Amino acid sequence: MQQQHTITVLVDNKPGVLSRVAGLFSRRGYNIESLAVSITENPEVSRMTLVVNGDEQEVEQITKQLHKLIDVSKVQDYLNIPMVARELALIKVNALIENRTALLQLVEVFRGRVIDMSDKTFVIELTGGNDKIDAFEKLLEAYGIRELVRTGRIAMARGTRGI
Amino acid sequence: MKITGSRALLECLKREGVDTIFGYPGGAVIPIYDMIYQFPDIQHILVRHEQGAGHMAEGYALATGKVGVCLATSGPGATNLVTPIADAMMDSVPLVAITGQVKTSAIGTDAFQEADITGITMPITKHNWLVKDVTKLPEIIAEAFHIARSGRPGPVLIDIPVDISRAEFEYTPVEEVNIPTFKPTTKGHSRQIQRAAELIAEAKRPVLYVGGGAIYSGAYGEIKDLAERTNTPVTTTLKGLGAFPETHPLSLGMLGMHGTAYANYAISECDLLIAVGARFDDRVTGKVDEWVPTAKIIHIDVDPAEIGKVLPADVPIVGDVKAVMIELLKLVEPAFHPEWNARVAQWKSDFPLHYPMDGILHGQQVIEQIGAITNHEAIVVTDVGQHQMWAAQFYKCLRPRQFITSGGLGTMGFGLPAAIGAQFGAPDKPVFCVSGDGSIQMCIQELMVATIYKLPIKICILNNQYLGMVRQWQELFWESHYSNVDLEASPDFVKLAEAYGAHAIRCSSPSGVEAALAEAMAITDRPTVLDFRIAKEENVYPMIKSGGTIRDMVVQRPPNMTPLDSYMESEAYMPDGEARPAKEEEKTERETVTAG
Repeated sequence: MQQQHTITVLVDNKPGVLSRVAGLFSRRGYNIESLAVSITENPEVSRMTLVVNGDEQEVEQITKQLHKLIDVSKVQDYLNIPMVARELALIKVNALIENRTALLQLVEVFRGRVIDMSDKTFVIELTGGNDKIDAFEKLLEAYGIRELVRTGRIAMARGTRGI
Repeated sequence: MKITGSRALLECLKREGVDTIFGYPGGAVIPIYDMIYQFPDIQHILVRHEQGAGHMAEGYALATGKVGVCLATSGPGATNLVTPIADAMMDSVPLVAITGQVKTSAIGTDAFQEADITGITMPITKHNWLVKDVTKLPEIIAEAFHIARSGRPGPVLIDIPVDISRAEFEYTPVEEVNIPTFKPTTKGHSRQIQRAAELIAEAKRPVLYVGGGAIYSGAYGEIKDLAERTNTPVTTTLKGLGAFPETHPLSLGMLGMHGTAYANYAISECDLLIAVGARFDDRVTGKVDEWVPTAKIIHIDVDPAEIGKVLPADVPIVGDVKAVMIELLKLVEPAFHPEWNARVAQWKSDFPLHYPMDGILHGQQVIEQIGAITNHEAIVVTDVGQHQMWAAQFYKCLRPRQFITSGGLGTMGFGLPAAIGAQFGAPDKPVFCVSGDGSIQMCIQELMVATIYKLPIKICILNNQYLGMVRQWQELFWESHYSNVDLEASPDFVKLAEAYGAHAIRCSSPSGVEAALAEAMAITDRPTVLDFRIAKEENVYPMIKSGGTIRDMVVQRPPNMTPLDSYMESEAYMPDGEARPAKEEEKTERETVTAG
């Protein structure tokens, strides 16, 4: 069954490691929906969060192949693990004077923030799951989105559980 | 004491037990070559093309079980190693490739002879390193050898900028390698091994399907023990040839696209498939869904990613094949399958490998006679194509590391350099390179190396003046459109061999083979090239087309037996997988016929 999997990969913080992981996906024909890379609590370790679609067998292959990379120390698929997951979006939207009140209300309902303002535009920051950001984006379309940037998903298990 | 990077490299290689390096110098590795000049313990073989160096290192590794080492300069030197590295990756050959690189400060500037070889080889190595700090060099070399030979073996590459080779540092030998992220599982899971033993005890029609992993882990004794104790027929993959003696009554030879009919029939009807160090390659399975539909599968492999990659295993066992087999054998009781063994024996006698006896020289005959004249003691190294399949079918390997071939990547040009590497690794064994008129021309330049080092390799060119395997496919599947497979215009291989200082023989008739081989065997101080002029349009059979099933198998019967068509209508014929029994009573009836 095709499902969306959120996979966290801990890698040694070394040059080339991102291209090793990305190269593995491209050469084996796996599609990455999103990818986020960051530092962690340990300066020698980087954390990658991948979102992939696939059936159980495909994703099992992906995790096994990831494990074979020498720079990879841990791989965790969060499919059956309660997790918190977030994405961040920055949206530059047209904000004419007559639309500003409505826009600010939207931002409040979605718990976003206006982080920059000009005479014609707002830059809005929004974090959340991808459905929430998708919904917000759809509502803003009426005003005219000038520019949009979104990070990949980052995720963590709920509770005391580590990776 | 302070030493240079290049001296440290040589010291480290010595510590790893390296006695032979295959390489080619160039600007970025001159400091390393200066050190090779000063290290008489390590023999350097000067090849004629870096691709040759890579394949020689592979041949050396495959013949000895040790790690092969090759060395090339930056840029084109390094990129010429790409094919052998990819070959080693596909066939799990332990290989350390060392390349020079432009000086650190010039990296990324499109400097002369610069190529991003770590980037290029990322997908075809287990791991690779660009050395940017000379003090890390000893550690990297130790890790490289450890990774190349541990778990599922494979190639690694170390890229050393020329200023790193020249830099001095305080050298301390690396005593122990510890890579926390690389800990291959060697010991199999005991519960799974227990379950495997249970399935083996329950099986009525078991087959052992043995791949190259069994050879690499040295599990042949255990495989023979398991096969004999449980009366289980054994088929091997191309890379598994030699893991089980092919003269043994339980041997089915090779399976798959050009495997024996009896191996493929046995696979199609088995109820338990014991896969040992094999990876369910598409040339073995054909159409996967219909390959072993009724069988339970035990899959033993050191690489967890191979298990479940192609077919789900009922009993997956990750671990070193030999270690797992030793544990498994403690639990396996003797088992007898007289009906199954009789059925398999019937297939063997009904569908023997054969070739026409029509007064024309055939490649298969040459292979058979190589076996006969060497008592099957020779190491046979092949190139890729029809000759490779005939060698796989007709040589009859007795021991592991006797059959060296490019399986996964199918690299034409592999044969001659790999044979040279094998002869360096096994100087006392007769080495035969079986090649074709196409393949041999892809690395012919390495013949010079064989001459210089007085290697008595017998290079048998099965010359049909065609790219035979492609021609066969064009004949069978492309309406005989023989597009660009004609090699009639080839060099005179006898003259060419003589120009390289080799002995040369031409043979065009079936009656001349024995004498030609005997003449070659008598030459011990240089290579011999044998130009066998074989039938032009011979095909390799049996054959199951790509992506096909057992029902697509094309089998030919020897002329002295009933022709296939009438045989299939006769009472003696045992239906193949097409009528694979769903009903128990039908099967019993058929087996009665067999027994009769």
